[in-house]
Parts: sequence; structure tokens; C-alpha cells
Amino acid sequence: MNSDVFAPWDDPQAKPLIQFRNVTKRFGEFTAIDNLSLDIFEREFFALLGPSGCGKTTMMRMLAGFETPTEGQILLGGKDIDPIPPNKRAVNMMFQSYALFPHLSVWENIAFGLRRDRMPKHDLEDRVEEMLRLTRLEKFARRKPHQISGGQRQRVALARSLAKAPKLLLLDEPLGALDKKLRQDTQFELMDIQEKTGTTFVIVTHDQEEAMTVASRVAVMDQGQLMQVATPDRIYENPASVYVADFIGDVNIIEGRATSVGEDTYQVDWAEGQAPLTAGSAKNFENGQLCHLAIRPEKVTISAERPADAVNAVQGKVHDIAYLGNLSTYHVELANGTIIKAQTANTRRISRRSFTWEDPVWLSWTATAAVLLAD
Amino acid sequence: MRRAVLIAIPYVWLLALFMVPFFIVLKISLSDTALAIPPYTPTLDFSAGWAGIKEFFSQLDLENFVWLTEDDLYWKAYLSSVKIALISTFLTLLVGYPIAYGMARAPEEWRPTLMMLVILPFWTSFLIRVYAWMGILSNEGYLNQLLLWTGIISTPLTILNTSTAVYIGIVYTYLPFMILPIYSSLERMDGSLIEAAEDLGCSRAQAFWLVTVPLSKPGIIAGCFLVMIPVIGEFVIPSLLGGSGTLMIGKVLWEEFFSNRDWPVASAVAIVLLLILVVPIVLFQRNQQKQAEADG
Repeated sequence: MNSDVFAPWDDPQAKPLIQFRNVTKRFGEFTAIDNLSLDIFEREFFALLGPSGCGKTTMMRMLAGFETPTEGQILLGGKDIDPIPPNKRAVNMMFQSYALFPHLSVWENIAFGLRRDRMPKHDLEDRVEEMLRLTRLEKFARRKPHQISGGQRQRVALARSLAKAPKLLLLDEPLGALDKKLRQDTQFELMDIQEKTGTTFVIVTHDQEEAMTVASRVAVMDQGQLMQVATPDRIYENPASVYVADFIGDVNIIEGRATSVGEDTYQVDWAEGQAPLTAGSAKNFENGQLCHLAIRPEKVTISAERPADAVNAVQGKVHDIAYLGNLSTYHVELANGTIIKAQTANTRRISRRSFTWEDPVWLSWTATAAVLLAD
Repeated sequence: MRRAVLIAIPYVWLLALFMVPFFIVLKISLSDTALAIPPYTPTLDFSAGWAGIKEFFSQLDLENFVWLTEDDLYWKAYLSSVKIALISTFLTLLVGYPIAYGMARAPEEWRPTLMMLVILPFWTSFLIRVYAWMGILSNEGYLNQLLLWTGIISTPLTILNTSTAVYIGIVYTYLPFMILPIYSSLERMDGSLIEAAEDLGCSRAQAFWLVTVPLSKPGIIAGCFLVMIPVIGEFVIPSLLGGSGTLMIGKVLWEEFFSNRDWPVASAVAIVLLLILVVPIVLFQRNQQKQAEADG
């Protein structure tokens, strides 16, 4: 393994910064977090991803100290943080609403936490100036929060939470209030700042693109449980379940029955009168077991004729075309009514497009393109 | 044209209901007392034409205002009113802030009920409520009976007809005016601000003083003015609950008008009172404006 790659989660010697040990959190009858264990390492940019109500914000609030686990332990640097109140934790949080103090200037907002630590005046001024430079806010230091734009407020919130140099920075939907273009720029800014400061970031988001862009690892959550914890590429290429495959990006799911045809290779019978599909899988399936074939639209090739060497090929007609500018997604309806999406890059001008509505087409993909999932 | 009409409506309203009565009072304050109906001279006589108007103006003088400075009853009454107003405003804030804070932190479904409870006393006449306090505070009143019964005291406390009774009456009567503006500023405060303060190292108490109090400042200022301005001129509470020792300008004013029937001096007292009140009213307006700008 290349030692330059940052992957402490693959190193059995590495000591995690944060450990969730069988943590359960209940609010009355409702179980928000269900017996969850998780390790997060130093310098990681860790994303908690899931739909609203999946428990990701509860995880963050437990780390910040605003909620305590009903059962289980959370360790920070090997120590149980349960008895430590939020104001004594070396953890800072950037709130979704930014929670900037409206009666204080940008400068005073950033200095707020440092003043609580009774930092000497000179050091405090240096630290605030440093934070202002880091977030490019020098010009706005004297303004009040309501006198600056949303993107600037977001940076003030970040500067304020970073000022105390926390061991761990929590970001609760940090970019949710920004428009798409600004959000994309800010994502890269966040990554830069994370790298520069070397702080461990835990970000909560429901935006899968955001999680994929910024994070070193992503935890996909649903109903208080971790569905999969892995690097963005693994989550995308090797989803552990249909839920994860469906949640991250676009996917075609074909249900069928598996039959082993060789080492780690299976045939999937999926419809009457259709040739079986071939897919590789490291996981074991019994003959006749129900399985789901997940395949990303960009891995499906669309052509007028059946490609001669195609392992998997199905015929259908173009039902719909979603034109996205750089890409086009073709919704192809098969004879039995199944719709399969195929995505191609628009390398030619739209007037030269090869296919249009109702055209008969062939869809094909390789044996390794699809992932076979049990549930 | 339409705009002119729209703007004219509030101005005509102000002119008819504020400026006209004000000038009548101002005119009386410049007149002399007389045994007549109305009890002052001169009165404007249009039948005499231009000469009558000239005659009328020549009789007006500042005699009554000079009188106010000569008799120390008046400036003592003004001073004492301002003192009582300041102290009772402070006491009302002390009682009102925790109530407003409790209301704002109460569960959402409880808040309308709590708000209702604050406003509920307005459903009974103010005068009747002050009389009720006489029943509570008198030597044989409920409060003394309760304290005697529990054995805390052995002889009844004299509360009625003292300044203490006046303070109790004022704090009770004006409490809603303090609670409501503070509550409204606390209620719209974002709860995550307190969490952010704690996250950045504040204890609960520090977060309260550094975040909650500064953010409720507009409400505190509004509440204080809403209490202080009417209390300076308050007449009913000192005359019903206070004794001879409680000197307030509202009471002096009432006595000049109705006991002495000296309308010109009473009007002069009223004009000076208005001038005193202009200062806090202007400050109050500026506070409201500043807040509106901060919100906008």
C-alpha cells in the first residue's frame, strides 16, 4: 500500500480520535440512534450522510455535548466525554443557522470563544486576525452579521468555530443556506481550510454530492443505523446495500435470481424470455437466491446495433431523454416495461444526436460494471 | 393628490386630538385665575374684532410658571415623581424579566396561555384592581391576616398609605407593559445562539449575561419607557394607596384642578410635566427606530 495515501482506517495500529461504542439514544419512545459503533480518525474529514430524521444531527449534538447517549459511550482521544459539559469540550461546532451573535461585530464574534479562555489581549488579536485572513474576511471585521452576505456569514461562523483550535470541528449542514454555485466553491474552500489547519472535521449533510466532494470517508445513515462507512469511491462503486446504492447517485436496480457460473461470477435471471445477465460479485449467493443488480447509468452504453462482444445486452426503445447540457440521460423502456437509464457524454452538438424519442436501441454493459446486492 | 390625502389623515388626527387640546391647555396656563365659568381670564372675544384679539394676547403672561419655581411644593413633587418612577421601573424590571424569560423558555403550546394570564388583569377595571389592593394591604387586610395566622408577625404591618403600597401598586399595574416587550424580544431569539455561546466556552450564567441580556436590550428599554413614562404622571395609585408622605405630581395636578379650582396653575403644571416627559419619549422613539433598522 502506498504510504502517502491518507487512510488510517485501514491501519490496525492507528488510534481513533473519536469512538462511538454501542451508542443508543432514545427520545421517549423514539430511538434516534440504535446501538451504533463508529471510529473517526485524526485529520479526517468525515461526513455523516442521510435523509432528514436519520439521526445524523443527533450524533453531532452528542459529540458537542448538547445530548447525552442513553446507552453506550463516546470516547474522544480515549476518554469518555459523557461527564464533560459542552463548554469544557475541545470540540467546536458550526451551526446550521450559523448562530452568529447579532449584537457583536464579525471581529467580536470570532474573538468570543477566545475571550472565554482569558487569552492575553495580544495573542487574541493575532489569532482573530489570523482567522480573518484564513477566511478572507479582513475587510468585514467591523461589520455586524446582518450587514454581510450569506456566504460571508458562513465564513464568519467557520472562523469563529476554528478560532479556539478545537481537536474536532463539527459542521451541521454548513452549506445548506448557500446557493448551488457558491456551495460548490465553498466546498473546496472548506477542504483547503481543513488541510491547512489539520483539524478533524465531522460534517453532517443530506447532500450526497457535498459529502462525496469534501469527505475522506462517508457514513451513510438510515433510521439511526450506519448503512455503510467507506471512502466516497467505494460507497459509489461498491455500495453495500440497495439503500446505499439508491441514496448515492443515480442507479438502475434490476431484481432477479442468481445462479453461480464460475468463481465470483453469477448469472441473473430477471425476466421471462430475456437472456440472463452476468455480473461479478465477491459475495456469495446461493443458486436461486433473490438478488438485486445495481448498475450506474454512466456504465450503460447505448447503441443502435447490438454490440458484437457485449456480455450483457438488452433491447428497448427510447422513452425519455433528460438533457443536462454536458450529459444526456436516456430512459429506455424494455419490452417488459422495465425502464433502464443510460447516460452518455454529449461530445457532439445536440443537432447531431444519434437517438431520439421512440428509437429502438440496444443497451449493453460489461460483466464487472454491475454490482450484485442481496438486499 | 391621493398621497397628499393619505398623509393628511394622520396629521389632521394629530392636530384635532393632540395639538388643539395642547394649545388650549397652554393658553389656560398663560391666563389668570378668576371666579367665573370657565374659571380663568381672558377669554377670546371675536365680536370685538382685531382690538379684542390684541387685548386677549396682551393679558397672557408667564406668571404661573414663575409661581411654580417659587413654591417648592412643585419642584419637590416633580423630583419625587421622577424618583418614584425610576425606582418602580427598576422594581418592575426585576419582577418582569424572570417572568418574560420563563414564558419565552416555556413549551410552545403553553405560551398562548401564559400570555393570556399576563393580559387577563386588563379585563377588570384598573380602578377596581387598585381598590382590591387596598383590601389586601390594609391593617386588617388579607396580607396581614395571613402573616398573623402563620405567626411570622405578631402585630399588623402598616403598608397601606405608605410609599411601599404605592410601589406595590405600580409594579402590579404596569407589569404587563414590562413583560410583553421583553417577552417578544426573548421569544424570537434563536435558541442556537445560547448553544453556540456554550459551545465556545460559556457557562450557563455567562451565556445569559453575554448573549440573552444584550439581545433582549431593545425589549428591556421599551418596557422601561412604557412603565416609566405613565408612572411619572400617575395619579390614581398614589392617591388611593399612598399617604400624605407620597408626593407625586399627578396628585398635585389633580388637587390644583379640582380642590383649588386654579386651572391656570394646574395647566402650567401639566405643561411642565409634558416637557419633562418629552425627553424619555424621544429616547424611546429612537430606541424603537434603531431596532426597526436592525431588524430590516
